[in-house]
Amino acid sequence: MTTAPYLIVIGGSAGGLQPVLHLLPALNTLINAAIVIVLHRPSHYESQLTGLLSARSVLPVKEAPEKEPLLPGVVYIAPADYHLLIEKDHTLSLDASEKVNFSRPSIDVTFSSAALAYRNNMAAILLSGANDDGIEGLIDVHEAGGTTAVQDPATAEVDYMPRHAMEQAPVDIVLQPSEMAAFINEMGGI
Amino acid sequence: MSKNPISEQEVNILLNDVWERYGYDFTEYAPASINRRVNHLFQVDRFPSFAEYRYRIISDPEYAMRFVEEITVNVTEMFRDPSFYQALRTHVLPVLATYPSVRIWHAGCSTGEEVYSVAILLKEAGLLQKSVIYATDINVSVLEKGRKGMFRLSQMQQYSRNYMEAGGREDFSSYYTANYEYAKFRGELGDKIIFSPHNLVTDGSFNEFQLIICRNVLIYFNKKLQDRVLTLFSDSLEQLGFLALGSKETLSFTSVTRKFRQLDNKEKIWRKMQL
Repeated sequence: MTTAPYLIVIGGSAGGLQPVLHLLPALNTLINAAIVIVLHRPSHYESQLTGLLSARSVLPVKEAPEKEPLLPGVVYIAPADYHLLIEKDHTLSLDASEKVNFSRPSIDVTFSSAALAYRNNMAAILLSGANDDGIEGLIDVHEAGGTTAVQDPATAEVDYMPRHAMEQAPVDIVLQPSEMAAFINEMGGI
Repeated sequence: MSKNPISEQEVNILLNDVWERYGYDFTEYAPASINRRVNHLFQVDRFPSFAEYRYRIISDPEYAMRFVEEITVNVTEMFRDPSFYQALRTHVLPVLATYPSVRIWHAGCSTGEEVYSVAILLKEAGLLQKSVIYATDINVSVLEKGRKGMFRLSQMQQYSRNYMEAGGREDFSSYYTANYEYAKFRGELGDKIIFSPHNLVTDGSFNEFQLIICRNVLIYFNKKLQDRVLTLFSDSLEQLGFLALGSKETLSFTSVTRKFRQLDNKEKIWRKMQL
């Protein structure tokens, strides 16, 4: 079984769920990339989130399983109350350490570890949100040669996070929610 | 500033130094998390260069202990994942009650919050007097905290909520006395806990147990080390003994999977079915 050659990581906080629900139905089932989603939410919403996203998605959606390989065409959700890290051998690791940016899972933690593992073979998308989680991660992704994208702040329920990202991190592309699926499909070789 | 000023090769050099000089082996830990923590400590302690960081670790044993403590994770809480403790109470303790004496190993216990949680369950089941809990961790200083049995008073509201969600029916505050900003847990709980250093990577079995609890420790190991530690646990369990893991950890696809059967609920508790 070969692991995904390309990785797309999506991070969102307050208002980040809507664009994810919008893009999931339009993904291409032949996509040659793994998709990892990190959404902030209260820990007791745990079980509902994977089910909710699964119902909308054409690709299989699962909670990121510890130490399992990232496979192409699969959507992985960071579990509540754990950081999700990407290993260099393209497997998934969980980490129950201190919150980062008041968040666990933290978008920065996933973005930065993914940057080290996937270098220029990845893209990171930062969505709506009310804090700064994900901005340093975008910088790391850029430095490693990956592609960085943010949701157009004008379309974000809470524009703080994408707006700050555009001010502080090198952002390659600004996306409307309606453009996100096409962007991901293209990055995944479709 | 980049979050990763220390490269992966440099991290490996430091881990080798710590192994050779101090005997702590992190070389089979999952790299992404270790890498993040080594880099984080470098920034928190404001080292100007990798060379200075390395020199300090090599030349200052006290700092090396700080390094070991900081790159391992010591986040814990009482009755973490209340439904797990509920399952322990309803499915495991009634079986333990049938033994003349109960031996429990809590591996990777950190500062002891979960060990005291288990002691409270044993107390409420009337088993505490005939039980001994061996609580072990790689870090000596967290064990010292556990021995004191004092936890932050500010956490007690959350812990009390967890306790009730785990099926607790007593007044949680009856288990401790408030002392400035700390809650000191009752001596009878701590009396049954033996805190002792044990390194899962390098140390072997030291007894036979009816219950081994090791939660959110295996996630930091690579597959190979996970297998080795699970074999150690399997060898340290009596026939029909219980093994309890963290909420995202599993025995599936490991070397010991066929020796165990998972209990009929969603909690991560397995029973050893063959020797």
